[in-house]
Parts: sequence; C-alpha cells; structure tokens
Amino acid sequence: MITTQRSPTGGGGGGSQSPRSPSSQPPFLSVSVTDPAKMGNGVQAYISYKVITKTNLPEYQGSEKIVIRRYTDFVWLCDRLFEKYKGIFIPPLPEKSTVEKFRFSAEFIEMRRQALDTFVNRIALHHELQQSEDLRTFLQADEQTMERARSQDTGIFKKKPSDLMSIFRGVQSKVTDVVLGKEKPVEESNSEYDKFKKYIFELEDHLAEAQKHAYRLVKRHRELGQSLADFGKAIKLLGACEGDALGTAFSELGAKSEMLSIKLQREAHHLLMNFEEPLKDYVRAVQSIKGTITERANAFRQQCELTETIKLKEIDLNKMRLIRSEKMLDAEHEYEELKVAGQEATRRFETIVKLMNEEIVRFQDQKTQDMGRAFHEFAKGQARLANAIADAWRSLIPKLDSLSVS
Amino acid sequence: MMDFENQGFEESQLHASRGEMESLALDDDDNNNNSGNDNNPSSRSNGVANGDGSLHHHPLSSSLPFAEIPTTDDDDPLLSSSSPQQNPNSFNSLLEPPSYADAVFRSFDGDHGKQINGHGHGAVSTSSPSPSTDYFKISVTDPQKEQDLNNSLVPGGNTFVTYLITTWTNLPEFNGTEFSVRRRFRDVVTLSDRLSESYRGYFIPLRPDKSVVESQVMQKQDFVEQRRMGLEKYLRKLAAHPVIRRSEELRVFLQVQGKLPLIKTTDVASRMLDGAVKLPKQLFGESVVAEAVDPNDVSQPAKGGRDLLRLFKELRQSVANDWGGTKPPVVEEDKEFLEKRKKMQDFEQELSNVSQQAESLVKAQQDMGETLGQLGLAFVKLTKFESEEANFNSQKVRAADMKNVATSAVKASRLYRELNVQTVRHLDKLHEYLGVILAVNNAYSDRSNALLTVQTLLSELANLNSRIEKLEAAASKIFGGDRSRVRKIEELKETMRVTDEAKNCAVREYERIKENNKNELERLDKERHDDFFGMLKGFVVNQAGYAEKMASVWETVASETSGYAATSS
Repeated sequence: MITTQRSPTGGGGGGSQSPRSPSSQPPFLSVSVTDPAKMGNGVQAYISYKVITKTNLPEYQGSEKIVIRRYTDFVWLCDRLFEKYKGIFIPPLPEKSTVEKFRFSAEFIEMRRQALDTFVNRIALHHELQQSEDLRTFLQADEQTMERARSQDTGIFKKKPSDLMSIFRGVQSKVTDVVLGKEKPVEESNSEYDKFKKYIFELEDHLAEAQKHAYRLVKRHRELGQSLADFGKAIKLLGACEGDALGTAFSELGAKSEMLSIKLQREAHHLLMNFEEPLKDYVRAVQSIKGTITERANAFRQQCELTETIKLKEIDLNKMRLIRSEKMLDAEHEYEELKVAGQEATRRFETIVKLMNEEIVRFQDQKTQDMGRAFHEFAKGQARLANAIADAWRSLIPKLDSLSVS
Repeated sequence: MMDFENQGFEESQLHASRGEMESLALDDDDNNNNSGNDNNPSSRSNGVANGDGSLHHHPLSSSLPFAEIPTTDDDDPLLSSSSPQQNPNSFNSLLEPPSYADAVFRSFDGDHGKQINGHGHGAVSTSSPSPSTDYFKISVTDPQKEQDLNNSLVPGGNTFVTYLITTWTNLPEFNGTEFSVRRRFRDVVTLSDRLSESYRGYFIPLRPDKSVVESQVMQKQDFVEQRRMGLEKYLRKLAAHPVIRRSEELRVFLQVQGKLPLIKTTDVASRMLDGAVKLPKQLFGESVVAEAVDPNDVSQPAKGGRDLLRLFKELRQSVANDWGGTKPPVVEEDKEFLEKRKKMQDFEQELSNVSQQAESLVKAQQDMGETLGQLGLAFVKLTKFESEEANFNSQKVRAADMKNVATSAVKASRLYRELNVQTVRHLDKLHEYLGVILAVNNAYSDRSNALLTVQTLLSELANLNSRIEKLEAAASKIFGGDRSRVRKIEELKETMRVTDEAKNCAVREYERIKENNKNELERLDKERHDDFFGMLKGFVVNQAGYAEKMASVWETVASETSGYAATSS
C-alpha cells in the first residue's frame, strides 16, 4: 500500500510539523530519541533511551507513543532494514564501543544519542524505509516483544529458508569451484558503476582524514582553553605579588584569560557536536554504502551463477532426453525450479540497481544539505568565539591605559 | 649568566621545522628588505640561516601545491610600513584595507618601539629617559670561521668563530659614528667579566651562556645562529643601560681593532704562585699583608686563585656569621633592602610560573593553527576530489561550500601563526625579566660579598688588637723591656694600620655598592612598570586584532552558508 502521497520531504533534518487535526493534515511521522538513562550495574550496565513517536499515519496505534530502547535495539532495526531493503542506503548507526561503554562519559552519551536520533529520523523520512514493519515494531512494541524479537532475530532468518534461499546456497557450493574457479569473483562490467565504486572508496579515505583533523581541532580548542586558564591563574598570582597599578593590571588580564578559557571549552563542545559528528556521520554513511555495494555484488554473482547453472542443467537435460533416462522427470522439475530461481535472482539484482540509482541522487543531495549545515555551524561557532575573544581583550585596553599612568 | 632559554623559548616552543622557523624569521627580514634598504646589515643578520638568499617556502605552501598559498608573508602588521603588498596568488587573504587592528598595532608600536628586539630586526635601543637625539645601535652579523694560529698544536686543529660587530652611534666618547670590529665569544666573556668587576652593585645584563655541551649536540649552523642572536641581544642590552653604555670596557670592545685589549681576569697561575709562596707565613698569622696586598685590592672580591688566603678568611667569617653565636660586627641593617629583596624573590617565583604558562599558551596557539591548516588542506583535497568528476549538481554545490570553508580554515591557520609570532615577542618580556632578576641577584651578591669583606677585616682588626694587648701586657711585666716582644708589637701595629686602611676601603666600597643597588632598583622599578604595561597592552592588542580578523573570515563563511541554517532541527 505504498502511495505516492508519502513522497519524501527530501534530505532535510529531523522532525516534521506538529499536528493540528490529524485527519486533514498531510501524513507525517516524527520521531525523537531523548533522555538517556544509565541502567544496570557494572559490566551489565547500559544506556536506555526514550523514543517518542508522533504520527497521524493509520498503520500506527495512536498519535503519540513513547517506548524505551537500548542501543542493541537500534542495531536490530538497522540489520533488519539492511536485509530487507537491499539497494537502499540504510542510514548509519554510531559505532559499537566496547571500551568507552564502561566509561559512559556524558559527552559520549550525548554523541550517541544525537547519532541515534539522526538515524531514526532518516528512516522515518525515507519514502521506502518509513513503511517498514520492523520500524513500526521498533517504534511501538513494548519492551518484552522487542526483546523477544531481538533475540529471535538470528534464529528467524536462519530457520526459515525459502526455497529460493536453499537453491541459492546449494547452487553456490556446486557451481563456484567449477565455473568460477576460486580466483576472481564475477563483477559487473558497468563503467559508470565502476566509477561510482571507485568514488565511494576514495571518498571514504578523504572524509576519514577530514574527520580526523576535525576531531583534533576539538582537542586543540580544549587545550587552548586549558592553557588560557592556567596562564590566567598564574598571572593573577603575579599580580597579587606585585601590587599597585601593575598588580591590578595583571589581575584583570588574568581574569579575562580565565573567562575566555570557559568560552573555548564551550566552543569545543559545539564544534564536536555540530561539525565533527556530522563529518563522522558522513564517513559512516559512506561505509554503509559500501555494504550496499557488497549486496549488489552478491546479487549479481548469484544471478550469474544461476544463469550458468541453468545452462549446464539444460545441457544435461537434453542429454537425458536423448537417452530417455528415468531421471529425466526429476531433472525437468529441477530445471523448471532453477529457471524460476534465475528469474527471481535477476529481479532482485535489477531492483537493487534501480534503487541504488535513486539512492545515489538522494545521497548526494542529502550530504550537500548535511555538510552545508555543518559548515555553517562551524563558521558560526568560530566567528562567535573570535568575536568573544576580540571583545574581551579589547575591553581591557582602556583599563590598561588608565592604570599605566596612575 | 644569561640563560639561553631566551632563544629556546622562541624557537623550541614554536616547535616547527627549521624551514618554518626560517620562514618566520624571514618574515621580518622580508619586511626590512621591502622597505628598500639593501645595505642594512640587519637584513643580513640571518646570514647563516639564509645562506642562499632564497626564501624558504612558507610551511603551508610546501604541502599545498593545489592551493598555492603565497610564499611571502606580506602582512606582519607591526612591521609593514606600506599598505599591504600586492600578491598575485589567488588565495591571498590579506589584500584588504588596513583594519582597526592594523592601525592600532602601528600606533602602539610607535610608542613602544624599544619593546621590539631580536629577530634580526634593526630596532633602535635608546635609553628610556634621554632625548631622542642620541642613538646607539649595534648589530652582530657575518659569523666566520678562523684559525687559531698561535695555540694550535695540531695543524688546522683550533678553529673558532668570529662575528662582525657593527656600531652606529653619536655618543661623544666614541671616535666616529659607524665602525666595526671582529670579536670571538671569548672576548665577550672577557668583557662581561671585566664589567662585573668594575660595576659592582649594578644590574648588569647577563651574557649568553657558554653552553659547551649544546654546541656538540646542535647542528653547527643552528648553534652559531643562536649564539649570534644571543650576542646581539646582550650587546643591545648593554647599550641600553644608562651607566654601562658609557663604560670604557664597552667602548674598547666595540671600537678597538685587532686583539681585544681588555685584560682577562688575572692569570690565575701566577697569582696562585705569589699567594702560595707567602702562604706559610700567613698561615702562621704573621701577616706580611703590607707587601702582598694593596689595600685597594680589597675593593675587589676575593677571586679564586687570587689571594687564596683572603678567601679562607672570608669563608671562616661567613661561617662564623651563620653558625657562630656572636653577632657579626656589621649587619645588613637596611630593612627596606631586605624587604625589597624578599619581594624580588616572590616576584621571581611567580614570574617563572607565568613564563612557563606563557610557553604552554604559545604552544597551544601554535597547535591550533597547525590543526586548522591541516583541516583546511584535507578539505581542499576533498573539494578537488568532488569537483573532478561531479556527476550531480549537488556535488558541485557541496564542493563550492567546502572550498569556502577550506580556504577560510587555511586563512585562520595563517592568522594563528602570525598571532603566535607576535605573542612570543610580547611574552618574551617575561623571560627577559627572569634574566634581569638574575642580574639583580648578582648585584645583591656583590653587596653581600662586600659586606663580608668588611666583616672579615673588622674581625681581623679585633683579632690583631687583642694580640697587641696581650703582648703589651706581657711585655710590661718584664723590667727593661723585651726586645723581641717590642719588635713584635711594632710589627703588629703596622699590620693593624694597613688593615685599618683596607677596612676603610672596604667600607667605602660597600657603601658605594649599596648606593648602586639603590639607584639601580629605582631604575628597574620604573623600567619594569613601563615594560610590563607595554607587554600587557601589546599582548592584548595583538590578541584582539587577530581575533577580529578571524571573526571576519568566519563571518563571511557563515553568511555564505546561512541558507542551510533554516533547515536545522
């Protein structure tokens, strides 16, 4: 029931408009991830988040729903979407962290919360992904259902092999060695797609480097802030020792220095959340695309393998027809199955290709928006900081002048 | 002795590669050269480092072929006397009309011209209160290796470096207004030693370290350059001191051609011998002080090797002062002096702390600039990458945005670098004062030593007196006189007369030194007041000016990307 009414609102930011009266409003789905809370103790400790959904879509129960979720729930959702929506660039998750988890600094928690919020919002705004049933489960199910779903996840996928899946797997083990050899996997010969793949791989390197420096810049702000604080304190002590006008001058300077130190720490945080994190997010997005590229390669390979298998089977079948073997009926049956599987494989592959083409456009648009905003915040923050510094020091000049002659 | 930290402070804290350091120093040189005076030796003061005369690449340009950051740093606002120079490169960020910041820099600089020193910059060092008509400028350039032909046992073995020392002055005691000599470091040590002998009680600027160890470790070129700068700073400080600048020692050093005619601190060996020959008699207490020691010699401190006996005696006296139960005959009574000395000690401690923190601040600023530069570079590469094969318009837009941010980050990085060069200059004053305090401590030591000499002589007099009394008492008991005792008494009385004269000399010397201390302290307080206010203001104006520049750079980008702001969540 995918209607075109639910066209995407593009690569914009988080929420949508709040409802006045649900029935007359255009459909919307607004999600936010808030209120991180530490749960449990010691090694078992984890962070839980409040996920608030506001919507007027009929598939959802009620116009507002609040559930509690933890990081692994988000991972579950991401994995499900990745499996089901091959070809779509699934929004990236913040990294699992094995070490920092135990420390759970306020900054880490805030970074993670922001990233999770962005994650869910992107899904909610994506015209395909927003219709996912798994999303609905994630946004609405009570905690026990969620937990059950999470633990059954691997089980369900593995326990319910579709006929096609089993054929695929069977085919792979038989054909791979014979047809494809163990050397080089089959790849598409699509020059435009090749260029895209190359672009993605190189892009990751460039972005990673930029992100690394952005992170360092945050650190530099903190260091400069710290040294201004230390300097200010030391100069105040010098002022106390000196006394008179010069002593006052030292003290005033020291005080300003300490004040600016605080501004620098603030800017460091702002820089982290509004510039470095978006860059990191960009890197993750590119990594997610690499995952999709792999899926497409798999789909292509399956298609090729099946095509080969079908050809061989046809040859076999014809042989059997000539000699009128008893196995002919079985072989014919198998052949038909294979042909269906082959068509399915081709369909899957072509879907991925089509979706990817749309996704690439969407991705580029979205990234321009995201980075534009990040650049804006970066520039704004730097300008704000520089102005504060200039004002602070400038305000001291007349004071110094008057003190120096007194 | 003057700590070489002064140099190290600037260079090691700037933490950069040599190329960067050279280009930083070159900034000033460029500006000097640009003001058109090729004959100005100060522009050659970077002689060793800049041997081939070419500009070392600006640190950013070497790794930024794509962005073509201009290689000449055209915009040291403190020094550029003309409007900002033209630069053909596309990224020249500072082709802008002089801002408030520049104007403030320049006017400030005019008032406090004497704040600027070092960096091969030909600053005029005038003494503070005198009218602007007299000038006294010194520069040290052109290090040359020479052979020591006299002492070399090994052919080609003993080489040393000489420096060309050029003076421009209109002070009357000098013959002429411009002259040069060649001197080696050893000559500077001699000058320094002679000055400390002649000007006891004065706050004499400390000479550069001998630092033999460093010379093994450092590259020869760097070491020579460091030493050259140190010598220049030292000589300029001497020229700035109202009393010392008129000294004969300095004049001789600066003007007399050929071998330096200042006698080195007296040849230790021969004096030792003299002292040693007379030693046994003196140890037995039969002093032949009259022959061996000129009373006026007491006005010199007891130097090692010179008058060993005197050293022993003064040491005994100082021990008696410290550990003995009796109060020494004369004590340091000047309460005001004691207070001021304590205050100086506190000041030194705090100053040292501030100096350390200042170094950290400079490092932090430098790191910030570096990281901004690297960030800008990374974005430049990204921009290039995205634009090269942009398939979509959104990519082109993004690349354009990115380019903006990249160039701004690079601009900001350069601004931080320049900010730091200026910051170092201003905060260097802190470091300089640590050196001044060492000179003050030396002057206070002169005072203590002189006092100790007086005390020693007073003890000696008391000692002699009591011996005379004992002898007289013993002699009076013998009827008819005791010829040997009488002779002895005569000798002792003669000794006492000489010693008394010596004591009077010593007291005069002590009073003289006290007076010197007092005057110097007054001078220092005034200078300190001016210097530190100058430093604070310079620092603050500098920070404000550069912050303004950075604000304007970023405001431009912020407004250009303001379209994206509306969509934020």
